[in-house]
Amino acid sequence: MNISQIRAQFPALQQKVYGKPLVYLDNSATTQKPESVLEVLREMNGGINGNIHRAVHYLSVACTERYDKARKTIRDFINAASENEIIFTAGTTASLNLLAFSFGQTYVRPGDRIIITQTEHHSNIVPWQMMCQRTGALLEVWEMDDTGALDPKKLEQILDKPGDPPKLLAITHISNVLGIVNPLAEIIRIAHYYQVPVAVDGAQGIVHQKVDVRQMDADFYVFSGHKLYGPTGTGILYGKEKYLEEMVPWQGGGDMIESVSLEKGTTYAQLPLKFEAGTANFTGVAGLGAAVEFVQGLDNGSIEEYEKTLTEKGLQLLREIDGCTIYGMPGTYYGQVYEKIPVFSMSIEGAHPSDIAMMLDKMGIAARSGMLCAEPLLARLNLTSVLRASFALYNTVEELHFFVDSLKKILKILR
Amino acid sequence: MTIQEKQQKVVEEFSFLEDWMDKYEYLIELGKNLPPLDDSSKQEKNLIKGCQSRVWLDVRRENGKLFFKADSDALITKGIISLLVQVFSGHTPEEILDSNMDFIEKIGLKDHLSPTRANGLLSMIQQIQMYALVANTEKSS
Repeated sequence: MNISQIRAQFPALQQKVYGKPLVYLDNSATTQKPESVLEVLREMNGGINGNIHRAVHYLSVACTERYDKARKTIRDFINAASENEIIFTAGTTASLNLLAFSFGQTYVRPGDRIIITQTEHHSNIVPWQMMCQRTGALLEVWEMDDTGALDPKKLEQILDKPGDPPKLLAITHISNVLGIVNPLAEIIRIAHYYQVPVAVDGAQGIVHQKVDVRQMDADFYVFSGHKLYGPTGTGILYGKEKYLEEMVPWQGGGDMIESVSLEKGTTYAQLPLKFEAGTANFTGVAGLGAAVEFVQGLDNGSIEEYEKTLTEKGLQLLREIDGCTIYGMPGTYYGQVYEKIPVFSMSIEGAHPSDIAMMLDKMGIAARSGMLCAEPLLARLNLTSVLRASFALYNTVEELHFFVDSLKKILKILR
Repeated sequence: MTIQEKQQKVVEEFSFLEDWMDKYEYLIELGKNLPPLDDSSKQEKNLIKGCQSRVWLDVRRENGKLFFKADSDALITKGIISLLVQVFSGHTPEEILDSNMDFIEKIGLKDHLSPTRANGLLSMIQQIQMYALVANTEKSS
């Protein structure tokens, strides 16, 4: 795979910050966009702009076509059974809030249990806490071990408690802190054995893994566009049709209705529009379609191979740094193989992550410090802050070396 | 020295620092030289939590003046704290309330005090002003 050809498609990567070439290593937070996505956004903002699903005029029809085409593209991308299972949202957080509300109103009663894991980021915690407050359900946590791994036996213990099985398990595909790929096939198999549906937070997963929702047998899978080289303010809620069909809508408004009457009340539209109230972000959705097409145009096998190289090289170089602890190591835990993506969260003795990140910034390197929106996970590791460098397929091995060398220089000043 | 004069002095010191790395290295030196708070002052009630770093602020009142001691787990933050303590400590509540903060902008550290930084510094300044306000109100009532 030719990385320089891929990089050349990303204008943002060509820029300098503080007069230095940008080294962008905050891809778990958001990714840069390729020219093909920017072109769609320019074209639509610059002229192809008409509200979808309502008018007969040229621009409305043109936008509607692009919106509907993107849905088909995404259905193919994750191999959903039908386009009715693809709901456009504003992002992972919006998808999870929609799910927590609609699923909660439809299926959850006081005393029911909802399961999340200790490795979730806040978007996959807070909506469930709020859902439990609304419905009177109880939130139970599948705790991680010291390495960040989740023991499937602990899940079985939670699921096997007397009484009704939990109503839902919500779990991340890949933790944004640990960068470890959860063995979802096994986890979903166990949950389904106990008749518990599984919602997967794919914010990081969709970017680094080939996702086939039917093979995985996830009941729900959510992700954001902006972490997948697409526009901000776009996202997907995939759900099995049998659930989406039964679930009550979340937001009301235009486009989600069949008929509105002040006397007889309102009937809702069929899927998927039932969950898409108001004017959709059709420009963003068309851009998301282009982003997915960009990813589909790459050779999947060689991306995985390349990211594996970055991961191994990164681990090797960082382990050479004195006092550096990396959180989330690949390996075999509880009989399951845990792979790692090139996301490196670390703490380094004698140097605070925020100091390091501030100095990296002035060297042109964008990295993250802080709690990474995963306070419970950090608390479990007795940490208040970590440093994170997260790589994407357009990052080079030279950038990795530059990051590690810069880190070493900074440590000389700080320690 | 008045607060204004102290601020002027800091601005002059920074004017010799040419690039960002020099500024950070200077702040790191200040941070390292600021005596750490002892454990008795590092209590929960003095803790200002931020996502990026944590800050502790301890205040003492003596002869109508406020004296600040502060600490942080991050060195650059601690360096900035050292500047703030140097500027505001040992002044009366009125002097603190009458002063402005332009020196932070003049030395190019304004970004560090933005609410989105979540490093505890903005809260620390608000806290200093709050202490001054309370002390001032108590005196006049």
